[in-house]
Amino acid sequence: MTDASMPTPETGRHSVSLTAPDARTRKRAQAEKRFRAYGIIAIATGLFFLVVLFTSILSEGIPAFKRTVVSVEFILTQQDREEAESELFKTKAYSNLFVTALKTELDERGLNVDINEDAIERLLGKVGGTIRTFYSENPDKLGQPVRFDLAASSRVDGYYKGRVTREAMQDSRFLQKSDLDLVDAMEKAGIIKQAFNWPFITGADSGVDNPGGAGIGASVVGSFFMMLVVLALSLPIGVAASIYLEEFAPQNRFTDLIEVNISNLAAVPSIVFGILGLAVFIQFMHLPQSAPLVGGLVLTLMTLPTIIISTRASLKAVPPSIRDAALGVGASKMQAVFHHVLPLAAPGILTGTIIGLAQALGETAPLLLIGMVGFVARGYPDGFVAGFTEANSAMPAQIYTWASRADVAFYEKAWGGIIILLMFLLTMNIIAIILRRRFERRW
Amino acid sequence: MPIVWLFLIVMAIAAIGYVLGRSRALQSAGGDSRDLHSLPVFYGANVALKAVVPAFGLLIIWLLAQPLYVSSQVSQTIPDSVIKEGSSRSLVMAEVRRTAFGLDNAVAQGDITEELARNARADVADMTQRLKDAGQVVTSNITQPVLMAAQSYRILNSTGYFIMSIVVIAAALLGAAFSWRQTHSEYRARNVVEQGIRVLLLAAASIAILTTVGIVLSLVFNTWEFFKLYPATDFFFGLTWSPSFSGRGGSSALGVLPLLWGTLYISIVALLVAVPIGLFAAIYLSEYASPRVRAFAKPLLEVLAGIPTIVYGLFALLTVGPLLLGIFGDGGLGWMKAGTAVMTAGLVMGIMLIPFVSSLSDDIINAVPQAMRDGSYGLGATQSETIRQVVLPAALPGIVGAILLAASRAIGETMIVVLGAGAAARLSLNPFEAMTTVTAKIVSQLTGDADFASPEALVAFALGMTLFIITLGLNVFALYIVRKYREQYE
Repeated sequence: MTDASMPTPETGRHSVSLTAPDARTRKRAQAEKRFRAYGIIAIATGLFFLVVLFTSILSEGIPAFKRTVVSVEFILTQQDREEAESELFKTKAYSNLFVTALKTELDERGLNVDINEDAIERLLGKVGGTIRTFYSENPDKLGQPVRFDLAASSRVDGYYKGRVTREAMQDSRFLQKSDLDLVDAMEKAGIIKQAFNWPFITGADSGVDNPGGAGIGASVVGSFFMMLVVLALSLPIGVAASIYLEEFAPQNRFTDLIEVNISNLAAVPSIVFGILGLAVFIQFMHLPQSAPLVGGLVLTLMTLPTIIISTRASLKAVPPSIRDAALGVGASKMQAVFHHVLPLAAPGILTGTIIGLAQALGETAPLLLIGMVGFVARGYPDGFVAGFTEANSAMPAQIYTWASRADVAFYEKAWGGIIILLMFLLTMNIIAIILRRRFERRW
Repeated sequence: MPIVWLFLIVMAIAAIGYVLGRSRALQSAGGDSRDLHSLPVFYGANVALKAVVPAFGLLIIWLLAQPLYVSSQVSQTIPDSVIKEGSSRSLVMAEVRRTAFGLDNAVAQGDITEELARNARADVADMTQRLKDAGQVVTSNITQPVLMAAQSYRILNSTGYFIMSIVVIAAALLGAAFSWRQTHSEYRARNVVEQGIRVLLLAAASIAILTTVGIVLSLVFNTWEFFKLYPATDFFFGLTWSPSFSGRGGSSALGVLPLLWGTLYISIVALLVAVPIGLFAAIYLSEYASPRVRAFAKPLLEVLAGIPTIVYGLFALLTVGPLLLGIFGDGGLGWMKAGTAVMTAGLVMGIMLIPFVSSLSDDIINAVPQAMRDGSYGLGATQSETIRQVVLPAALPGIVGAILLAASRAIGETMIVVLGAGAAARLSLNPFEAMTTVTAKIVSQLTGDADFASPEALVAFALGMTLFIITLGLNVFALYIVRKYREQYE
């Protein structure tokens, strides 16, 4: 171009060096930087949300794994027992004995506080009953020193963890301000302490008015039975369906119909599966409400598309030469698939199945509709078959139940339950990743 | 469990049939398996398959049909006079079923004898008391006709199951015997078995269709029932949502519009959060990020997609809600009255959708051919200019598809709105007010002790139908757009 060699008026006047960028280039470079910054900000925001989510789960949930116990050494002689048993209010007699023991223990350490029985009941619940049951089950312990670890009520627990403060609280039948003096005294004496909350992990739900005793164990069992149903049904059905679609299906309308259905089912909201479960399994087939069997059936239908999609991908990844070689030595199509293609695709199928199961384990909405909330899972099922048919809760449903209760102390349990749920999911995903790393073959 | 036993018996027959079939085939070939048409295994499998498949097919059909037959038979025996005012035949039947179930349990526990449970002249009050003593849940006092019906229900059911066991075992035996007789060295066992397996595979694949049919039928039937009790125009165009809790009064207003508005509003807020963040994250990850950053940031973002929705729900209720209330509530700007609001649910749902938008867009941006970028660079465009003017326009249909899929996910999301959005249905523009959605109301109408025949419970199915149609439409549209776009570069 001819005019390219001619200096333009502006550049001529300033006679800028060619290596220094002009205004327009600078602007473009800045726009470039800005655009890049938007991307970084977006990723940073996403990661920030992730960090906030996990910090709040951990900070709110970890206290659920600790509980406050009052540990008192106690000696009951045969004579004490007989006297207590002869009285009209037997448990009251036992709790009187307990109060005396506690008082002596505090006095020994030079702490003088006023203890009355009502305060003890507010702090520790029905102590007398616990002691009486213990000695009627272990009569040989009479006369020997026994250390009782008694769980403090959820309010005291909250006071200990900072959820309940002296200023904010009001006297109620659950806790009075004067009781907190007693708690402080016991703390000085080292009688009250924090311990790992085993009952939370192994226990069952406790009902609306006892947040302290609520545990997640029973619902873990419920989830386990549900996952057994999902695994037993969705793996064989999913694999069979994928083999048909990937290896045998002719190109026709019916195959298309199946394919369209699978891709649509994968995107149907999970609550719709809950409606299906309610209408078909409970209203029509009269299967028991809240049973892990029904939950498992609903989750199976929900997980099937996921498993089919991942299984088809791993079947597709097996190169056709494997099939051709098998057919070449006289195998039938069926033998080629079942003897050669399927074993090679197995790691991929397994990985997809575990991920599908993890998804099913965390699903809540369909379980709400088949009655897994509002039901208080107070105990473990009575056996293997009962595990499927007896009403039970499941982990996510249990968390929802706790989150929707009025007592704030249950929120801590809900967060704790989430930590347990996430640990299960994490384990499953790690197993899937390890399987993929170790066994996946690239052709 | 008789059905478990039945299952085991049929499996045992199949196992024995397998061994017998195999040995008969070998025998007919004089012990030399080279003279057989197929491998010996196939002869065994042939017998086993023909024992199992018809038996289980019968079992499933019987299990589905018997409750229907028994219910209709028993239901006919209940005289009209028993059905109280404001009650219905299905309610009485539910009571019959409960009583029968209670009787079964009491007999199983040994609290009452089988003769007493079947005794048609048993004293009603006595029976009720015995059932209560046995720890069975019996709602009201059982009446004479209900007890009679429950007894005939039990008798019909137990005869039914008895006949079923015989028929199923007979089918298994017949199938095994028939195929065993067929077995000889010339029999094409492999072809038959493989054809059979193929049919089984096809049946497994058809479950997807069955599921869809099940969803549609259960929605359509119950929605139909609902529209018989409640006018469809009021449902579709009603501006108020206030179900009465008493059950059957005409006082419920069940208009869907406030719920649809709540759903839409929360989804819009969620998309306003998720789309910019997700899209820019996808652009950065696919165009700028070094492989190391990508390998680190992409899985971390996808962790957000693997977290169960109940966790997000709790996060909305207990963390984000109070946080927003602190800023916009009475202590701060004074716009917000409670922690549960459109903003809370929308924000958290947005966080949940970020990885959904970002990984779909990432795939789509990666699918744009490198030649288009190179052409743009060759003309002197910077990287951001290339992305804005070449890559994004080329990827636009796919990105729109991804956003539509995210929208359908947002509309169908349940747990976040149940916990984070509040329970009041209202038509309002203020994002700091509590609103409710279609999914949240499906949950609240169907949980609890609602009676399934009342419009207050049946409306949930109509809501489910609305939700199903909307999400299905969005998905089909999104897939159509994505597919159409993909064809351009292949």
